[in-house]
Amino acid sequence: MRKEKIAVLGDSDITLAFKAIGMDVFNANSVGEASEKLKLLARNYSVIFITEDLAIQIEEQIAKFKSRTYPAIIPIPSSKGSTGYGIENIKKDVERAVGTDILFND
Amino acid sequence: MASKLKVNPTRMELRRLKDRKKTAVRGHKLLKDKSDEMIRQFIGFAKENMRLRLEVEQELGNALAEFMLAKSVSQDSVIWEALSMPAIGMELELGTKNIMSVNVPEIEIKKTDSTSLYPYSFASVTSELDSSISTISLLAEKLIKLAEVEKTCNMLAGEIEKNRRRVNALEYIMIPQTEEAIHDITMKLDENERGNIVRLMKVKTMLANRE
Repeated sequence: MRKEKIAVLGDSDITLAFKAIGMDVFNANSVGEASEKLKLLARNYSVIFITEDLAIQIEEQIAKFKSRTYPAIIPIPSSKGSTGYGIENIKKDVERAVGTDILFND
Repeated sequence: MASKLKVNPTRMELRRLKDRKKTAVRGHKLLKDKSDEMIRQFIGFAKENMRLRLEVEQELGNALAEFMLAKSVSQDSVIWEALSMPAIGMELELGTKNIMSVNVPEIEIKKTDSTSLYPYSFASVTSELDSSISTISLLAEKLIKLAEVEKTCNMLAGEIEKNRRRVNALEYIMIPQTEEAIHDITMKLDENERGNIVRLMKVKTMLANRE
């Protein structure tokens, strides 16, 4: 059964902050660990926030969930700040839908 | 170039093909309209997505930086102890919404009530930690909204792509192929008809000559 809760997957530095506000947090320090944990989380949680640096490394695994309603796997900036990965994803979506990026191409 | 459809040149086949072409043309028009409307909706969501993401990245980046700073001031064990038992729970209310027959998520946040946001006593940690926790907590709602909009965008983009393939397959393969087959059959039937008339005329003159 999918829980109606939020999971955060990231390095231990920032997950603590999310734990304090009541989200379930999971630490992953390597790619293998992150991929394995995501597999488990995807089955149980409906919203999963994952730090950008991890998301980039397991991009293919995340792409599999794109066409399903749940879970929603959303990249968030890590403690090092944003890398522009999330913005890049939105642009890719627009490109996929319209054919070319006509909205945010500056 | 579309390969030729192999059909028997009969009237029955011709009728069947004509019906099929009619359906294909109607389907093509419907799908094209669907695609137009989906793109219109998608553009709205994409703009909203971008706006939310920029805001969240900015604010969350600041809040996390603040949190890291606050963390570095106190001892790790103190921070861990202070934060590892959250005072508030966060639950979601999940639903689905139908946008152009794409089932997109609808997520609402339910915070379980608690007397205080902070799970620790103020004596043990610094005030920087308090402020960063409260900003992150305020951001939670925006994060969930972002999750909802971003997922919607993802799904719509995928659906638009799929739909476009269908439209193209109809427009460039299915309809031309059927049209060509209809043309072929008409030609063949006409040719048979002409052959028949010529044969009849020939027989008639042969009969007339014999008398």
